[in-house]
Amino acid sequence: MNVRLIARLDVKAPYLIKGVHLEGLRKLGDPQAFAQRYYRDGIDEIIYIDAVASLYQRNTIVEVVRHTAENVFIPITAGGGVRSVEDARTLLRAGADKIAINTAATRRPELITEVSRALGSQCMVLSIQAKHQGDRWEAYCDQGREHTGMDAVEWAARGQALGAGEILLTSVDREGTREGYDVALVRAVADAVTIPVIASGGMGGTDDIVRVVEEGGASAAAVAHVLHYGHMTVPAIRAAATSAGLSVRRV
Amino acid sequence: MTGNVTVVDYGSGNVLSVSRALEQAGSRVELTGDPARIAGAEQLFLPGVGAYAAARRLLEERRLIEPILRFTETGRPFLGICVGMQLMMDESEEFGRHPGFGLIAGTVSPIPTTGADGRPHPVPHIGWSPLKPGGGGWRGGLLDGIEADDAVYFVHSFAARPARPENVLATCDYDGREIVAAIARDNMVGFQFHPEKSGAVGLGILGRFVDGT
Repeated sequence: MNVRLIARLDVKAPYLIKGVHLEGLRKLGDPQAFAQRYYRDGIDEIIYIDAVASLYQRNTIVEVVRHTAENVFIPITAGGGVRSVEDARTLLRAGADKIAINTAATRRPELITEVSRALGSQCMVLSIQAKHQGDRWEAYCDQGREHTGMDAVEWAARGQALGAGEILLTSVDREGTREGYDVALVRAVADAVTIPVIASGGMGGTDDIVRVVEEGGASAAAVAHVLHYGHMTVPAIRAAATSAGLSVRRV
Repeated sequence: MTGNVTVVDYGSGNVLSVSRALEQAGSRVELTGDPARIAGAEQLFLPGVGAYAAARRLLEERRLIEPILRFTETGRPFLGICVGMQLMMDESEEFGRHPGFGLIAGTVSPIPTTGADGRPHPVPHIGWSPLKPGGGGWRGGLLDGIEADDAVYFVHSFAARPARPENVLATCDYDGREIVAAIARDNMVGFQFHPEKSGAVGLGILGRFVDGT
C-alpha cells in the first residue's frame, strides 16, 4: 500500500501559522495559497487544523475549507473546535472529506460514536496530541496545553472502539523541531489499533518518513515545517522516498 | 447532447466537491433531490459516503430509489461513487444485511483484515492505489487510457463482489488482496474510489463521463 504524504496546515484564520511544540505561533501567509501549491506539486492529502477554535469557541476554518475545495481535488481533513455532529456536518458541506476531533472527544468520548454513526467512521479522524511522560505518553488537548490524564495509546484504542476510522497522532515534543517523528509513540499506537495512523510532528527529512513507516508502522506522514518554510518541496520528498524504497504514489 | 450531469442530492456526502470536480471536468451540474428531475436526467451521478444502510434510508425517505431505477432503464449514462456504487449491488453486509438496487448481481462485504501474507493491515483501506483492468476489461469505457501508475483515492471498509467477472471493470491491490475498484453493466458504472478527490487522474475520468464516453 502506498504511504500517504500529507501537508498539515495549522490555521489561525486567515493565516497559516507554524510554531514549535504547537506554541510560539508565527504567521506564514494565506493557507489556501499554500494548499494549492502543495496540490499542484502532488501532495496526497491536506489537513487543516484551526489552532485557536477550541480556545475561543468559534469556528473559522469553514471558509478556508470552502475556498480550498473549489480547486483542490484531493482529500481534505479539517479540525479544530469541532464539538458536535452539526459542526462536523458544516465542515463536510464546506468540502472537507474527514473531520479531525481532539479536545471535544477527550471531554465527551461519545462524540466519536455520534459522528461516526451519523457521517461514517471513514470521516471520523481522532486527533491525539501526545506528550512524553516517563515511559508513556499522555494525551493533551487545546493544542498541547491541557492535560487529559489519559494514556495516549489507550485513548487511541478506545477511540477506535468508539468508531474512529483513522488516528492523527501528533507528538507535541517533536512538533516543529525537525528532529524526526516520535517513532516509539507511533509504533505503540499502531500496535494498539487496526485503523490507519497518520504520524505528525518532527519531520525534518525524508529519512524520518522512511523510519516512521518502516519502524513505526505509520500509514501516512504529515509534513508541515519543512514545506511551509520551503526547506523541501513535495516532488523532492516524493522522489527521495521512492529512491529510499518506500512505496508512494507516482505523480 | 452531453455535459449536463444531474447529481443526486440526498444529504449524503460531499456534494460540493463532486459538483466542483464535475464542473472542472467540463460539465454543467444540476444538484437536485427532485424525483422527476432525477428520472429525467441526461446523465446521472449518485454520490455517497458513510454507512450503506444510512445512505439507503436517506434515499428512501426522499422517495428517490424508484426514480433512480427508472433512470437506469433509459440507457443514459449512470455513475455511482463509493456507497453510491455499492448500492448498485444486490445487498450489503455492513451492520446487518441490507438490500441494494440489484442492478449488478453480487454483494458488498468487508475488506480482508490481513494482506495476502496473513499479516494484519489497516482497515479502512485509505489511500492512493493504481487501477488494473478487471474481467470486463475497460477498452472504450471511462477508464480507457488509465496507465499502470495512475493512482486514485480510496477510503472504504467494505467492497463489492460482483457475481459475474464481466461486471468487474477494475480492481486494485491491497497488500496482495484484490479489491474491486469499479463495476459496470451496460450504461451503468460504479467506482469505489473517489474520482473527485483523485487529482488530475480523477478529473480525467470525470471528463470522459461528462463527454458521454
